Amino acid sequence: MKETMIDAKQVVFEYIRRDEEGNVESVNRALDQVTLEVKKGDFVAILGANGSGKSTIAKHINAILVPTEGTVWVDGMDIAREDKIWEIRQSAGMVFQNPDNQIIATVVEEDVGFGPENLGVPTEEIWKRVEESLKAVGMYEYRSHSPNKLSGGQKQRVAIAGIMAMKPKCIVLDEPTAMLDPNGRREVIQTIRQLNKKEHVTVLLITHYMDEVTYADRVIVMDKGKVVLTGTPKEVFSQVEIMKQHKLDVPQVTELAYELKKRGIILPDGIITKEEFITALLNCVKQKGKEYGNYLR
Amino acid sequence: MIRDITIGQYYPTNSFIHRLDPRVKLIGTLLYIISLFLFGPSYFVRSIFGYTLAAAALFTIIKVSKVPFRFILRGLKPVLFLLMFTVVFNIFLTPGERELFRWKFIRITDTGLKTAFLMGVRLVLLILGSSLMTFTTTPNQLTDGLERLLNPLKKIKVPVHEVAMMMSIALRFIPILLEETDKIMKAQQARGADFETGNLFQRAKAMIPILVPLFVSAFRRAGDLAMAMEARCYRGGEGRTKMKPLVYEKKDYTAFLYFIIYFVFVLLLRKLVTA
Amino acid sequence: MAIILDKVNYIYNEGLAYERAALKDINLTIPDGQFIGLIGHTGSGKSTLIQHLNGLLKATSGTIYYNGEDIYDPDYSMKVLRAKVGLVFQYPEHQLFETTVLKDVQFGPKNLGLPQLEIDLRSYEALKLVGLGEELIDASPFELSGGQKRRVAIAGVLAMKPEVLILDEPTAGLDPCGRDEILNQISKIHKEQKITVILVSHSMEDVAKYVERLVVMDDGKVAFDAAPKEVFSYYQELEKIGLAAPQVTYIMNGLADSGLSINRNVTTIQEAVEELVTWWNSER
Repeated sequence: MKETMIDAKQVVFEYIRRDEEGNVESVNRALDQVTLEVKKGDFVAILGANGSGKSTIAKHINAILVPTEGTVWVDGMDIAREDKIWEIRQSAGMVFQNPDNQIIATVVEEDVGFGPENLGVPTEEIWKRVEESLKAVGMYEYRSHSPNKLSGGQKQRVAIAGIMAMKPKCIVLDEPTAMLDPNGRREVIQTIRQLNKKEHVTVLLITHYMDEVTYADRVIVMDKGKVVLTGTPKEVFSQVEIMKQHKLDVPQVTELAYELKKRGIILPDGIITKEEFITALLNCVKQKGKEYGNYLR
Repeated sequence: MIRDITIGQYYPTNSFIHRLDPRVKLIGTLLYIISLFLFGPSYFVRSIFGYTLAAAALFTIIKVSKVPFRFILRGLKPVLFLLMFTVVFNIFLTPGERELFRWKFIRITDTGLKTAFLMGVRLVLLILGSSLMTFTTTPNQLTDGLERLLNPLKKIKVPVHEVAMMMSIALRFIPILLEETDKIMKAQQARGADFETGNLFQRAKAMIPILVPLFVSAFRRAGDLAMAMEARCYRGGEGRTKMKPLVYEKKDYTAFLYFIIYFVFVLLLRKLVTA
Repeated sequence: MAIILDKVNYIYNEGLAYERAALKDINLTIPDGQFIGLIGHTGSGKSTLIQHLNGLLKATSGTIYYNGEDIYDPDYSMKVLRAKVGLVFQYPEHQLFETTVLKDVQFGPKNLGLPQLEIDLRSYEALKLVGLGEELIDASPFELSGGQKRRVAIAGVLAMKPEVLILDEPTAGLDPCGRDEILNQISKIHKEQKITVILVSHSMEDVAKYVERLVVMDDGKVAFDAAPKEVFSYYQELEKIGLAAPQVTYIMNGLADSGLSINRNVTTIQEAVEELVTWWNSER
């Protein structure tokens, strides 16, 4: 049984807008009774459209936001405890959407060293960690470059290295690919998968691109501040209609299978790769051939 | 065009100058700047000698620093206007005995020409020298150096670390914001905005469509950055360690020695030449 | 009438050590009323290319003709060109600056020096074209949602009544729903207003669904220029330049390779469904 990394129970978060006198003008419930659990070493994805509350829950895990109601525990620590805040942030690192706005230094290696410096890690150990994390994201040869000269995907990998250098147990990535081109997206997702597999870091990936979650162990679908669906990618994507209701896509291959089903070609549910589709369709043809043969007989 | 500005940019290469402790470079630059101000128009010949000495020192350092000279010269471009203004101002407004040219109220004197020349040279040397420092020192090293040099001020409650951090972040974001300005300008031009014609008032008004989005974006970036820094456990200077702590090495003492020799020469020159 | 590019070259930082050719001998004809997709990986020159079409960048060599007139002729007015060739940049919402949505949309037509009545007329029409409700007209653009902001920005360009509308990745950062809405809106504008639309995109699925002609850029040159179907049939060549075909094209090719007698040349789900259903019914 794996240990629990993130444990959120009935989390409610309200953005309260006040007018100049401090009276409450409007209350916007961004999270509504969200309960979710992430086990150590897992790769979990939160999928949701804009405004679904997926970024709000992410900010709780790093104690940037504190729930209005409910509790969030990260690595055995209650995020509402102010004296634990730095420990929580160290064990659950966070990567944000815009790579430019999270790189602090003007040289790649100095930026990766920023986190360990803040933690008071001794100089020699910082250098070791910087080297390790830059190698882990495949950016070591760029260590003395200026971040301004890097592509979006490379910048985001540097940002990930900056978190890795803090030796977190878990990385929360808040739409890390939303501003990248397809190549950059691929780079970043590959890096994240590798960190999860090789370094055994727990990953919580927040995104609205469905193709990025096909490799996750578990997918949590959110809409309007609520968890609406949870399961393996297969289980989630087989609910084509529910996904569409919540303003989300499914992979083209899943959609094709779904459309064919409507037209009488019944393929099994939960097809998410090209190979699965081809095998399933070929099986289906054989089946049909048999039935036709039986019918003739 | 806006991206041509090279002041405050780092030129990455590996040279003796690049490897020096930033404190050495800061103090050296300070000595160099003081030396430039030790010469002025009152002793023309002496100042020519002085600036020749300063220029020789500067060019030696540029050579050692491996920063291409053309790259450094580009740093002069944005201040060309200031340079011209200084020269013209000095030519026409310096009183003097020997009049070389007179037309209505405009008069040019020999002192005027000499002053204009010296002031122009001084400004060029000043800009080249200080930009060389930023070309060879990463902004982070620069602020680290400043922070360490100004550390004694902490005792009188000057927030040295915070100021240094702010400076290094400003330097990181200058190129980004310049690029953004370029982008916004183009986007507004695509909507028919005109920044080139009209009187001063109209031109100033034409800047609003650039400035508002630029400020909005700068504030958004600032908010994002603050969040990202907190997420990486930044909580001020207390308890922080350094990845690249500043330690004087042999080469730094050597460089110090050179700077002092240079300065002694400058002082001797001042003492010995009185023309 | 059309835009014609004749041997257009553009070199960044000409004369400096790090000069780089961004466009190399581009010849391209863009006739009226087409819906064109422009794809290519980052740095292939597509952003540089579109900035030439409305004169924001000037070619290092070569000529561009708009409706038969040389736009580099000293007498040619860039202001007029920019009104006729509307360019919507990436993340256009970052250029909003006015206090209300309406005022922001009016910025373009005002710059053209039109009479107030015409300005109002065009602004309301543009806001309607992008599907923004009237209740938002007096709202501050900074209080809108991301998708709404983007519509306002697009309306700001449409209000200039361009004959050619260029959009640089109009769906970047939007969720699937926002993406479909914007693209459907653009497609509708193309049909109703009968204007030329050039859509810069990274999504092969999107261009396959909407455009009638696909221009593929690679290393400053036009690598392919044909109907999407034809371009995507060269998916192996596309992969070599860092691009790909829609997933559905790969599925159909995979099926055909496994011995199914189906047409490989399929680029949208709709087509694939029809193709497979027809095949299924003929199969026994």
